[in-house]
Amino acid sequence: MKTRNLQFKIYRYDPDKDQKPYMQDIAVEVDSTDRKLLDALVKLKAVDDSIAFRRSCREGVCGSDALNINGRNGLACLTDISNFPEGKPIMLRPLPGLPIIRDLIVDMTQFFKQYHSIKPYLINNDPPPERERLQSPEDREELNGLYECILCACCSTACPSFWWNLDKFVGPAGLLAAYRFIADTRDQATNERLDNLEDPYRLFRCHTIMNCVDVCPKGLNPTKAIGKIKDMMVSRMV
Amino acid sequence: MSVNVTVRKFDAVIVGAGGAGLRAAIQLSEAGLKTAVLTKVFPTRSHTVAAQGGVAASLGNSEEDHWHWHMYDTVKGSDWLGDQDAIEFMCRKANECVIELEHYGMPFDRTDNGRIYQRPFGGHMSNFGEKPVRRSCAAADRTGHAMLHAMYQRNVKVNTQFFVEWMALDLIRDAEGEVLGVTAMEMETGEIFAFHAKATIFATGGSGRIYYSSTNAFINTGDGVGMAARAGIPLEDMEFWQFHPTGVAGAGVLITEGVRGEGGILRNGQGERFMERYAPNAKDLASRDVVSRAMVTEINEGRGCGPNKDFVLLDITHLPPETIMKRLPGIHEIAVQFAGVDALKEPIPVVPTCHYQMGGIPTNYHGQVVVPGKTSQNEVMPGFYAAGECACASVHGANRLGTNSLLDLLVFGKSAGETAVETLKRTPKAHKELPADAFDRTLARLDRLNHQKGGANVHETRLAMQRSMQKHAGVFRFNDLLKEGVQKILEVQQDVQRTEIQDKSKVFNTARIEALELDNLIEVAVATMVSAEARKESRGAHVRDDAPDTPERPNGRDDANWLKHSLWYKDGNRLDYKSVALRPLSVDTIALKTRAY
Repeated sequence: MKTRNLQFKIYRYDPDKDQKPYMQDIAVEVDSTDRKLLDALVKLKAVDDSIAFRRSCREGVCGSDALNINGRNGLACLTDISNFPEGKPIMLRPLPGLPIIRDLIVDMTQFFKQYHSIKPYLINNDPPPERERLQSPEDREELNGLYECILCACCSTACPSFWWNLDKFVGPAGLLAAYRFIADTRDQATNERLDNLEDPYRLFRCHTIMNCVDVCPKGLNPTKAIGKIKDMMVSRMV
Repeated sequence: MSVNVTVRKFDAVIVGAGGAGLRAAIQLSEAGLKTAVLTKVFPTRSHTVAAQGGVAASLGNSEEDHWHWHMYDTVKGSDWLGDQDAIEFMCRKANECVIELEHYGMPFDRTDNGRIYQRPFGGHMSNFGEKPVRRSCAAADRTGHAMLHAMYQRNVKVNTQFFVEWMALDLIRDAEGEVLGVTAMEMETGEIFAFHAKATIFATGGSGRIYYSSTNAFINTGDGVGMAARAGIPLEDMEFWQFHPTGVAGAGVLITEGVRGEGGILRNGQGERFMERYAPNAKDLASRDVVSRAMVTEINEGRGCGPNKDFVLLDITHLPPETIMKRLPGIHEIAVQFAGVDALKEPIPVVPTCHYQMGGIPTNYHGQVVVPGKTSQNEVMPGFYAAGECACASVHGANRLGTNSLLDLLVFGKSAGETAVETLKRTPKAHKELPADAFDRTLARLDRLNHQKGGANVHETRLAMQRSMQKHAGVFRFNDLLKEGVQKILEVQQDVQRTEIQDKSKVFNTARIEALELDNLIEVAVATMVSAEARKESRGAHVRDDAPDTPERPNGRDDANWLKHSLWYKDGNRLDYKSVALRPLSVDTIALKTRAY
């Protein structure tokens, strides 16, 4: 079986024992059955059990293993080993901009706080009918590209506006979710949702840098959703 | 080492925030009870998120359907090992539970007239087994993701209190056997807590990581099942594991049965649609155990594909590309990522892969945990509930039908929540005092792990367990392999009792977490192997070489001796049995007959 030696530089910090963070040089041998970066990380952990990272589904739907990989945010389980250039160490760091708990594990409190701030649930005050609320296939299609978000935080932690305004700017993931409900014909709170975002920071800190679109592992486009919210803001003013 | 255990009091504690835990939590939060939901991962990372094809309900949006037909299919799918009272309950509740989800905002696909889209699925038929029916309610091939997020969102709305990245460690029971909560570790700090509760609901999901090749997430380590076993509660029907026909060869990642529901076909190395020989009526949409065995038979008889002839092909190249991109976009993505093929143009290499645990913690259809006692074989254990894959109601019996797992977690998550609410409101009482030894088991485990020297490596030990399970308790089972498997898994169990970790940090110590998870996995593995070795018949997913198909025992099923549930007890590694509930709630018993598709 063909094998390959992968060199890593990994961000390490355990507040229980380390004075300060450092980059660890470590290598692991992978074979042709190891397709993804996560496969290599699991092998690394068998060598050094102290490397801490999150992971679960290993197929890109749970959003646990978002990392900064060679300077770019992505999911370890969807990153092909074969794309790493030979002879150059792979740089692994935690997602940028959030407090670090340990090694590659960040504190996502602020990220989820922003998600929760947009009221991420359907609001419909009519008494629920006996059967499903009807929605045409075309109306349902409006939700495509919105509902698939896995809350991995690759986008928000790639956004400079989010880094500088963690507590004030909702960020691309939260705004994508906001538009997911605005776009849902079953939701009755569009005005309330727009009011909630009408603020110099919450929505308008998006300067269409589009890093979010660049890194989204699910191929979603938060910038486009944000643009639609901005358009709705404008059109309800005139 | 002295460890401080902080005690926190709640009306109810739910362990697990996947589908079943979130559904139960909605019930408790809406009732205004003080509830804690403990979860190892942020709720939307739970493995329900990976469910693809749909959730069963006889809504009849595309053609006539009826809960009674669904019930018949489920009983037949279970190879008559499912409890017919629980199955009737589930099938009758399906519509209500799915409609509720839609009202929570779940983005189901739609029919032209605006109703929930439904697709065919394996084993789901109309008119008592006549022909396939569209019963699986779907959101593209991301139904679990859409469902889990919608239920998390509903919980945000009703202010459920989550303890995210907290791992429950052991069940607390007092001398009378009553369940009083759990011990748990806050993963970020390594601190140990006790959650003292009047109702404890386990919704910890499956344990598919006992096998080497599994569609399951890393977190599916059978934590609730392991905790229950250590606390003296028997595990039901653990020999029954579902091998999903279509895991990506080599990677194990799931390819939904919805692919075949939309028209996908399995082909062997000769390009033949071999399912026509094994299931002339349902063909590729026969029940999962039937399809998995057919695939392994093709491979074993030299008709596999690839250089080693060790997989078969799932072909959708004849479907219109628009259908694939609209109904199966996630599958297209998975095929590119994990099989390296463009499914529009090339078939996907697949093999049967461990997928679902039919057995678990025994419950009734109210979600209450039941154990054999002085007065009945199903005595309710006060204060303890379980739902979803960790529980055994038993609606899946010896083989689960696709889309019935999402239905199970909805119906029984809700019913466990409802029963807990009713019980707490009917008989208001103070918290029963915690026994003096409430934390002993947990503290002993942690202390052992912290001080183990010259012990077994966690990674190696886990691999040894997974390889043993794969080899000795796979799709087909052999008497001699099972006997040897019992010895092997008991040897691995010895190693699990002396695992050693190098990392002793208190902060987010994933090495410690994996070692504690292995304690749970091994209980499941031993229960599986011992129960499988003992069951001397073939039924559903448990098919053995020494119980062949004969006229007296069609398909090797031995109803005279084995129409009964297994109960495995950790204490003494012993087995007991209890009868199957053959009487439904309101309709006639679905009578035993030979299972054919």
